[in-house]
Amino acid sequence: MTDVAVSITDLRIDVAGSGKDIVDDVNLTIAPGEVLGLVGESGSGKTTVGLAVLGHARRGVKLARGEVTIGDAAMLALGDVALRHARGKLVSYVPQDPSTSLNPALRIIKQLTEVLEFHDFGGSDAARRARVQEVMSEVLLPSTPEFLRRYPHQLSGGQQQRVGLAMAFACRPSVIVLDEPTTGLDVSTQAHVLTTIRELCHAHNVAALYVTHDLAVVANLADRVAVMYAGRIIEQGPAAELFFNPAHPYTRHLVAAAPDMSTDREMVGLRGRAPAPGRRPIGCSFALRCELAVDQCRAEFPAEREVSVGRTVRCIRPFEVPQRTQHVAVHSSPIAASATHALMVRDLCASYTGLEVVHNVDLHVDRGECLALVGESGSGKTTLSRSIGGLHREWTGEILLGSERLAPSARDRTTAQRLRIQYVFQNPYSSLQPRRTVGDSVARPLLIGGASKMDAARKVGEMLERVALTASYANRFPDQLSGGERQRVAIARALVSRPEVLVCDEVTSALDVLVQASIVELLGELRRDLGLAMLFVTHNLPLVASIADQIAVLADGKLVESGPTERVLHFPEAEYTKRLIADTPQISDVS
Amino acid sequence: MSTVESDVPGADAVPDADAEVVSRKPPGVMRIALRMWRTRIGLLIVAALAVIALFGRYIAPYGEAEAVGLPFKPSGKTRKPTLFGSANVGHDVWSRFLYGGKPILIAAVLATLLALVLGTTVGLIAAYNRRKLDDVLMRSMDVILALPQIISALIVISMFGASTVLIILTVGISTVPRIARVVRGAAVSVVERDFVAAAESLGESRFRILRSELLPNISAPLLVEANLRLTFSIGLISGIAFLGFTPDPGAANWGLMVNENRKGLVPNHWGVTLAVIAIALLTIGTGLVGDGLSRAAAGIDRAKGDS
Amino acid sequence: MSNNRGVLKFIARRLALGVLTLFVVSVVVFTATQLLPSDPAQAILGRDANTASVAALRSKLGLNHSAFYQYTHWLKGMVSGNPGDSFNARQPILDYIGDRVVNSLFLLVLASLISIPASLWLGGYTARRRDTTFDNVTSNAMLAFASLPEFVVGIVLVLVFSVRVWHFLPAVSAIGIGQGPWTDMKGMVLPTATLVIGAVPYISRVVRASMIEVLESDYIEMARLKGAPEKVVLWRHALPNALGPVFQVIALNIAYFAAGVIVVEALFNYPGIGGALRDSVRVRDIPVIQFLVMVLATVYVITNLAADVATVLVTPRLRTRIQ
Repeated sequence: MTDVAVSITDLRIDVAGSGKDIVDDVNLTIAPGEVLGLVGESGSGKTTVGLAVLGHARRGVKLARGEVTIGDAAMLALGDVALRHARGKLVSYVPQDPSTSLNPALRIIKQLTEVLEFHDFGGSDAARRARVQEVMSEVLLPSTPEFLRRYPHQLSGGQQQRVGLAMAFACRPSVIVLDEPTTGLDVSTQAHVLTTIRELCHAHNVAALYVTHDLAVVANLADRVAVMYAGRIIEQGPAAELFFNPAHPYTRHLVAAAPDMSTDREMVGLRGRAPAPGRRPIGCSFALRCELAVDQCRAEFPAEREVSVGRTVRCIRPFEVPQRTQHVAVHSSPIAASATHALMVRDLCASYTGLEVVHNVDLHVDRGECLALVGESGSGKTTLSRSIGGLHREWTGEILLGSERLAPSARDRTTAQRLRIQYVFQNPYSSLQPRRTVGDSVARPLLIGGASKMDAARKVGEMLERVALTASYANRFPDQLSGGERQRVAIARALVSRPEVLVCDEVTSALDVLVQASIVELLGELRRDLGLAMLFVTHNLPLVASIADQIAVLADGKLVESGPTERVLHFPEAEYTKRLIADTPQISDVS
Repeated sequence: MSTVESDVPGADAVPDADAEVVSRKPPGVMRIALRMWRTRIGLLIVAALAVIALFGRYIAPYGEAEAVGLPFKPSGKTRKPTLFGSANVGHDVWSRFLYGGKPILIAAVLATLLALVLGTTVGLIAAYNRRKLDDVLMRSMDVILALPQIISALIVISMFGASTVLIILTVGISTVPRIARVVRGAAVSVVERDFVAAAESLGESRFRILRSELLPNISAPLLVEANLRLTFSIGLISGIAFLGFTPDPGAANWGLMVNENRKGLVPNHWGVTLAVIAIALLTIGTGLVGDGLSRAAAGIDRAKGDS
Repeated sequence: MSNNRGVLKFIARRLALGVLTLFVVSVVVFTATQLLPSDPAQAILGRDANTASVAALRSKLGLNHSAFYQYTHWLKGMVSGNPGDSFNARQPILDYIGDRVVNSLFLLVLASLISIPASLWLGGYTARRRDTTFDNVTSNAMLAFASLPEFVVGIVLVLVFSVRVWHFLPAVSAIGIGQGPWTDMKGMVLPTATLVIGAVPYISRVVRASMIEVLESDYIEMARLKGAPEKVVLWRHALPNALGPVFQVIALNIAYFAAGVIVVEALFNYPGIGGALRDSVRVRDIPVIQFLVMVLATVYVITNLAADVATVLVTPRLRTRIQ
């Protein structure tokens, strides 16, 4: 085959000095102009593979075996000098977080020009200046002297990432590795950056390895997809085929867990976590969580097999789907419409040190209803939800809990009011006190409410089981729990005092897709069973489709649109909402 | 239970595999540090010297002010038999040494404890009340910092004499801003974590938030800093004694011993050497413990960063 | 440029803060030395002094006036460069201190010139070769040295180089009145070495830590992945970002010396301000104590100010934000 820009053969990467594999048996090829999406959850080893393409291993990681070939260069066998010449010229890298990857002390012109200088691109300073101008326009950035003289912190997140792209494309490499380059960008910025990446790769015939956890992004961008689980590639093939008809059970779960707003299907989660390096079983590493696993799966890791042209999978039961019960729709109509709403916000304006960031917002949630508050970063959605939770006190207007008017600060509210409205935070890694047991954390609202210790302990046990953990979790400390388990604990803490209103602030954004789906499932179920009024704050529009009854869209601190979920998603009225929906990538967009 | 989870028997297998780990408190910085040899050796040295300092006087052959011969006579040339000869006014070097650790050790420990309590309080309050109170507290800390510790001590001594209580108070108070800065720095990032907001939304009292939410989560840097400050306080208090300022000029004191016996280095160096070895070992011992603690704390931080 | 105006405004603000700090320090020092003791004159002269001399000292100190008058009078003297007379030396403080300031400054500059480059080199080198044998050995040695009080280091140097093992360096310095310390370079060796040994471990650890933090950063990884030669990575990408902490460290170094000279000068009988302060404390020469304390506090405030300003100047993020 001559039409290969980069090939990875039999790659194995170890934890240095231990012989434990982080990544093993990785074989991939990418053709010129092709975008290969490398998909996996956190810890699957996808970034490690991406860096190996540049012959780089981070501290504590060792490239143990295999080869990466780009043109004539065997990247893993090159000496220091040759490797340096290859990096940036033959193969370049676009990092995940441009705000930390651009040098804060150097102007962007310097950071761009130096790549060209390292590789003596163009042969003269004048040629290099011209190339900088050219590549800046390729990534759709201004190339005025004023702009080029800026420091990275004077650029927006999207601009920073475009500078990262410009550096990567500057020397016209034949291969480019992109490591989740749009994480942390707003959807509209993300959509533009993705378009730029796609166009540049196709125009200059660059082979791209696009590393990400986000299936929807890959569906929009990649020609082919490889799925990683616990350090191995378990399935690869053309993007459309792979997403419409996943062969590996894990891929099927990933697709099922991905939120999607155009179809009516529910998100389905999966418990458990991938085994860490050194704790991987002899057999298939997914067997522990797989509904289809048989003895043979546990005995040996299935070899790669071709299921159709260009499509391989490492599973002995490809395409099989287990029988399962029909899903109960999570949507439910509000329990009886009473005269007062469970939570009502009237004419709320919130500010930060005098600067108003939320303007005249009205909204309400009824018992048993879920209102999704959707907005991009900086829209004021978190300020609004924190005002409701009593965590932000600089606001005017009215917040009514039932018929009671709430004071701005939680401290000035009554104990009963504080317990009736509960808050679940974005990051489960920071919302539980690390030096306190799960049981103590969950019991706290009960003890504040005046319950006896014994009574509290019993209720904590019940609540933990209610969130699909076991009562024995009460004795554990947060660091013994996975992210999903922690978020379940945080939910248990919020619900243990039987609140009427639950505010969920981006509760799934720190979690992997499978975990996200199971948390969303859990919340839907609890809301139905407990008759909760739920305010679900998120930037993730597709996620909303499977949980919310009502949507309120917030932009620049103003409510731009609100209404029933179906209506807002399918027949948006506000320009802003239309644009947001158009820019949001989805699996069903796969070309 | 939700559907997928209930009809898949193995779905919970992975989380349950961890169920045998019933309750494991995240290991504290002290426990991790104790696994390191440097910490153990440090503790051993400190313990040995603490025993000498506190109980050495009971095995001393002579009293701390008892004359054994002429000044600066080597062992064997003194009137009464001695192990290390005689000191500047004819006292027994060995007995002076056995007596001389207590004033330093006790003053240093008390000064550090005082600084620890006050510094932690100031640092936590400043970190939690980020606006005006923070400014006022930390600015006043800056004022104390503008005077090097030894100078604050000398000012106080110059006016009120070198009483033990005053030395402890001065060293302790001049250490407060250093601890307060470290505590504040560590606590500021803890304050921003969501569990503090969670406690606030439940209406927990400010005191409870400082004690139960913040304090347990800064214990690692606090321990490291406390240890560092103990090392410095030992150096400072023995240094003040070396300059000739001690509560009781006749009483034995390692720092003073160095000063008194400097003139006799040629005829009998032991008066200096023994005291210097003791102070050096004591500070190196606490330094080793501190280093073990800070390595352990760094390990904890690194693990946190990974999650 | 508006940029410069921002920086100037920042410097002015910091300067004002520094003056405020010094003002508060002066109030504290004055209160502690002159107002708090029930009768400073008696305290200075001791219990056995006769009433006439106590009364004379009283009026000399201005104790018969109000506290406010005493303070403003004293402060005026300080600021106008006329801090009064030394009780003990019976001459104007500036005459008594003049030579000693030169001597101390010489010692301080000499020690800084050695310890700052040495610390930067050692910290940078061990950061780049971290976890090697060299790094481990030096870090353990530095740990031991960092724990030792200055007088212990000094006396050990005396024991080794002048008294017990070798005899080639003097144990006390022999600078005469009116002579510059450079006339006795041999006598400078041990005092300087004591200060350097005290400072290097402390500073090189800070440098090492700050360098490691920079070397571990994403932008350094990115520079390597761009194909930057190692020299460019270090000098262009790492160094500018490690400079801020280095300035702080140099300030720290000087502040450390300001305190260290007291012990070191006492140890080596070096005729500087540290020795003068110790002697003044011994005989309760209050005007000299007040003056020296204010001088040292000023040195501290100025070095910190300079370090903060320098840090802002080399950090684009800070420099542009303060506009």
